[in-house]
Amino acid sequence: MTGEGEEADQLWAAIADPTRQQLLDLLLTSGDATATALARDLPITRQGIAKHLAVLQRAGLVEATRTGREVRFTVREDRLDQATRRMAQILSRWDARLAAIKRIAETEP
Amino acid sequence: MVPDRISREVVIDAPPDRVWAIVTDPRHVARWFSDEAEIDLRPGGAMVLTWQGHGTYRGRVEAVDPPRRFAFRWLRREDNEPGDGTSTLVEFVLAAEGSGTRLRVVESGFQRLAWPEEDKARYAGENADGWVHELNQLRDYAARLGGAPESS
Repeated sequence: MTGEGEEADQLWAAIADPTRQQLLDLLLTSGDATATALARDLPITRQGIAKHLAVLQRAGLVEATRTGREVRFTVREDRLDQATRRMAQILSRWDARLAAIKRIAETEP
Repeated sequence: MVPDRISREVVIDAPPDRVWAIVTDPRHVARWFSDEAEIDLRPGGAMVLTWQGHGTYRGRVEAVDPPRRFAFRWLRREDNEPGDGTSTLVEFVLAAEGSGTRLRVVESGFQRLAWPEEDKARYAGENADGWVHELNQLRDYAARLGGAPESS
């Protein structure tokens, strides 16, 4: 609900997509990779990969490093951790709300 | 990794009618959810939720099926219309269990949040043009990854 929450929502929106999860998985496994290499491992065009990488990059979840004509992508694990923590936070808030509903239902006339 | 929906549940030692009232009556909602709540309890009805120190967020009632299901769209930003890409969907499902109630909450739609319009249009075009043949493979892959696991 706060500014921080909104930023985390963007992180989550970037991650909660099956294709981008696959990209992140591949990058985490390989360490780093080019869009062309990623396109070999996924049933998506190189163009499609580039668009998904752009979303991940804008969310700060991947970083691009240019060496000569090659651009290699790596995962920013600190940002990935931030997204995971956001999910844990949302879960624990719902737990607290459900506990409050339970308390009201069971203890008040 | 990060699912598009989350789900939690609790078993309450009170009948569904009682739990329904607490989940949907704004006087109760203002105690377990927001600090102030207005709810027009019918499909399409407006919700106004205020958190002191955070502001006022609007919502829209989506489903009212007492005492079984209550769903609403919950806006993630202040002063916006509750649409598909700007809100999450919160659903409460109540089921009688013995003399009590099993209450489940599902919040979904995180994936579509916070996308600049331009991206959404491009993404939709991409889906329609290029991905149709691959959809089954993607679906299988997502299923193998665990797709959208229920966390309870």
